Amino acid sequence: MLEVEGLSVHYGAVEAVANLGFSVRKGSITVLLGANGAGKSSTLNAISGLAPSRGRIALGGDAISGQPPEEIVRRGIALCPEGRRVFPSLSVAENLHLGGAVHAKGAELERRIEAELDRFPILRERFHQKAGLLSGGEQQMLAVARALMSAPRLLLLDEPSLGLAPKVVDQIFDLISGLRSQGITILLVEQNAERALEIADHGYVLQSGTMVLSGSGRELAESPLIRDAYLAG
Amino acid sequence: MMEFLLQQVLNAVSLGGIYALLALGLAVVFSIVALINFAHGELMTVAGYVLFVCILYAVPLPIAVVAAVVAAAAAAAATERLAFRPMRRADPTSLMLTSFAVSAILKVLFQNGISARPKPVPLPPELSGTLTLGPVRLGTVPLASILVTCLSLAALTFFLKRTVMGKAMRAAAEDFQVLRLMGIRANRVIATAFALSGMLAGISAALWVAQRGSVDPLMGFVPVLKAFVASVIGGLGSLSGAVAGGFALGIAEVLFQAYLPDAALPFRDAFVLGFVILILLWRPDGLIPAKTGRRS
Repeated sequence: MLEVEGLSVHYGAVEAVANLGFSVRKGSITVLLGANGAGKSSTLNAISGLAPSRGRIALGGDAISGQPPEEIVRRGIALCPEGRRVFPSLSVAENLHLGGAVHAKGAELERRIEAELDRFPILRERFHQKAGLLSGGEQQMLAVARALMSAPRLLLLDEPSLGLAPKVVDQIFDLISGLRSQGITILLVEQNAERALEIADHGYVLQSGTMVLSGSGRELAESPLIRDAYLAG
Repeated sequence: MMEFLLQQVLNAVSLGGIYALLALGLAVVFSIVALINFAHGELMTVAGYVLFVCILYAVPLPIAVVAAVVAAAAAAAATERLAFRPMRRADPTSLMLTSFAVSAILKVLFQNGISARPKPVPLPPELSGTLTLGPVRLGTVPLASILVTCLSLAALTFFLKRTVMGKAMRAAAEDFQVLRLMGIRANRVIATAFALSGMLAGISAALWVAQRGSVDPLMGFVPVLKAFVASVIGGLGSLSGAVAGGFALGIAEVLFQAYLPDAALPFRDAFVLGFVILILLWRPDGLIPAKTGRRS
């Protein structure tokens, strides 16, 4: 579904991603692993149009590289950014509304909001509160719900479990597998390699902006490199 | 005595309202693109001259005011498209210098194209009189001015709270990148912010001209300078702060004017600015600081 070839991302003289190639199969969960600064977030930002990049990115065969973020989300790719980044002074309702405003109108927009409130009942309770007053886990759910308001074909999740309590992390990973069973393709960036590989169909490992390893979730979980670097306990 | 006090309160609130609308116009743009728009005063001037021309040709006042407001909004959108959009990725200093250039160009156009001298804008007689309410007589212009300010603030609040574009503008002030991820086009949000700030400048211009009865190429300078002070008192980039700062400044000016001893009156502005300094010592970030004043 998503094909990335020869992707490079530069920030000034710093090369965050160099000549990266990978693909995401339709209906799968694909995980990008790597240490801090390995280029995972830069890759997601490049796909969603936030970071200027070189190389070819194609969604379902159509090239989308070089398009602005407003256009990419219309093509069906939604990014749920690192650090949640909900609009703190806007209410939960307003955050969700903005997430879907250009993708659906009227009754359809209301229907999508209802669907997200069914998915995340806690957001229904907090519906009229300011997003900045929610707990970290609630904000993460709002950020995911807001991204889903565009009814994406491909959802990019950047560190969704970062800084959350273990119980909430469980919820988030359950949610991600649940989304896959509803037919949403997921590209996940995670620090929590162990949990990510449990639910991943396929994984890639980045180091200093290049690919060093790839394989199925199980293969990676058993590979010595991953065990030493990320799963050491 | 009672009448004098009421009249002063009325003057204070109506002047404060003009400063509030101007400061809001500055804040709407600043909160989204981090531009301190020094050409804001020239938007007022555009509206002032449109009002002048309309009244010269005996256009009914309500239509003349709407035309002036629309002209200021269009001028603001045009400066965005022609001057500020090409500078979108520039740093705040370059943006600010661009706004100086826009301001200077517009001033010269007014001076050479129309006249460097003030042009009278005669108001219809029903606006220049007073209104008798029981035992007190109050000026019609300040009363109308307060009414217009309240309506404008209510309409703006409705726009920001209830419409998609209004919500998008509040969101843009907090995290523009994420707003673009939602699919909302950056160019439209920014163009709307400029048009809205132009509308606010146009409304303020109509109220300002109603009080002074004339327009000239530099008419926007003093009120917008005051609006800058007001937005700093309120908290730069904060919309509710801009309103609070505008009213605080207007009220301070009028009350000092009314109650300072005659010998101290020439130094009124020094007293007002002293009052501003006290506010800033008390609240260095302004009365109601913006939640996210950052953004490069």
